[in-house]
Amino acid sequence: MTVRKNQATLTAAEKRAFTNALLELKRTGRYDRFVTTHNGFIMSDTDGGDRVGHRSPSFLPWHRRFLLEFEAALQAVDASVTIPYWDWTADRTSRSSLWAADFVGGTGRARDGQVMDGPFAYATGKWDINVRVDGRAYLRRALGEGVAQLPTRAEVDAVLAMPVYDMAPWNSSSNGFRNHLEGWRGANLHNRVHVWVGGQMGTGVSPNDPVFWMHHAFVDKLWADWQAKNPQSTYLPAAGTPNVVDLRDTMRPWNDVTPADMLDHRKFYTFDTEPVAAARQR
Amino acid sequence: MNKITRRQALGTTAGALTVLGLAGATAHAAATDSRAAATPAGTVDEVYQGRRIRISPAAGGGHHGGHHGSHGGALPTVTIDGRELHVMRNADGTWISVVNHYETFADPVSLARAAVRELRGATLLPFDPMGGAA
Repeated sequence: MTVRKNQATLTAAEKRAFTNALLELKRTGRYDRFVTTHNGFIMSDTDGGDRVGHRSPSFLPWHRRFLLEFEAALQAVDASVTIPYWDWTADRTSRSSLWAADFVGGTGRARDGQVMDGPFAYATGKWDINVRVDGRAYLRRALGEGVAQLPTRAEVDAVLAMPVYDMAPWNSSSNGFRNHLEGWRGANLHNRVHVWVGGQMGTGVSPNDPVFWMHHAFVDKLWADWQAKNPQSTYLPAAGTPNVVDLRDTMRPWNDVTPADMLDHRKFYTFDTEPVAAARQR
Repeated sequence: MNKITRRQALGTTAGALTVLGLAGATAHAAATDSRAAATPAGTVDEVYQGRRIRISPAAGGGHHGGHHGSHGGALPTVTIDGRELHVMRNADGTWISVVNHYETFADPVSLARAAVRELRGATLLPFDPMGGAA
């Protein structure tokens, strides 16, 4: 059974297995196809038109499915590997072990934002940025420059306390849990983390930075935490909504999976710390 | 460094030529000051940090008309040194681009200037839903 662990708790061997699997997917070209898919959706998901991967209720089930597909690709390389999650409310500085040279490497240098250490530094020759929006082929970061602070635990808890999953108009102007977690409204959780990391993470080709997966694995865990805290709540909208993926509509690009299929993460993996269901306390 | 300096020179020249070129179409805006034309809905032609930003309003205007920021023809064309920057409008009227996709900006000019800062002299590639230069 797949267990997703907090990245801060990984052993040296687990970090090495994870980064080696990433490098192998990169070498075979498989990795870049995930970047391409993400960018295709981020450029076509619009508030007034069809929206599937972002700025819509299916932001959470779409990314859950996207990470499952990516995790399966990692496991085809090394069956022991799972996607760790980055709890950015706890590991909130550039001095976190996440950014050490034995894991994803640190921030970019001042001159051009280029990441100079770790397995994904351009000089290794193993991590060229091929799917890109500008001429630069090296991984870049600017930790804490685009925005000073990562979200706090209190900000996360306030969003987890929102009882309604999503609301009309089901886009970046919506009230409710999904849009507050995505960050277009309110304290800004998910979006702000992309901006805090900077470099490719701030762009449509954000999966070029391996930390993308650990960020989204934590966003995914927050969805599970929200479900446990709000057992009476469910995915919305239920049916008949133009341009939006309803509970039992299929999602592109897979076309064989619905948000309903994605609601229970325990069908696919568990977390090292499973959320305690609020229902159990009643 | 050399690159930026050369671009700075080219940008200035191109900007000056364009002011002449635009004189017929948008005489008032061009005749006053390129920066004065930097309103959300208007034509913009300026050199910012050595890069030439041009913003052409969407055909038919209608920038304050509703929530359809997608393929309804309501989006302006934003270029940096002649290369198009993919932009999108949010339902609340704010803007994002492909190089600042998780951060909103009040208008296309702030968006384009943020893109110039992010690019640090790099050239935009033609955007392609199938994935850039792969």
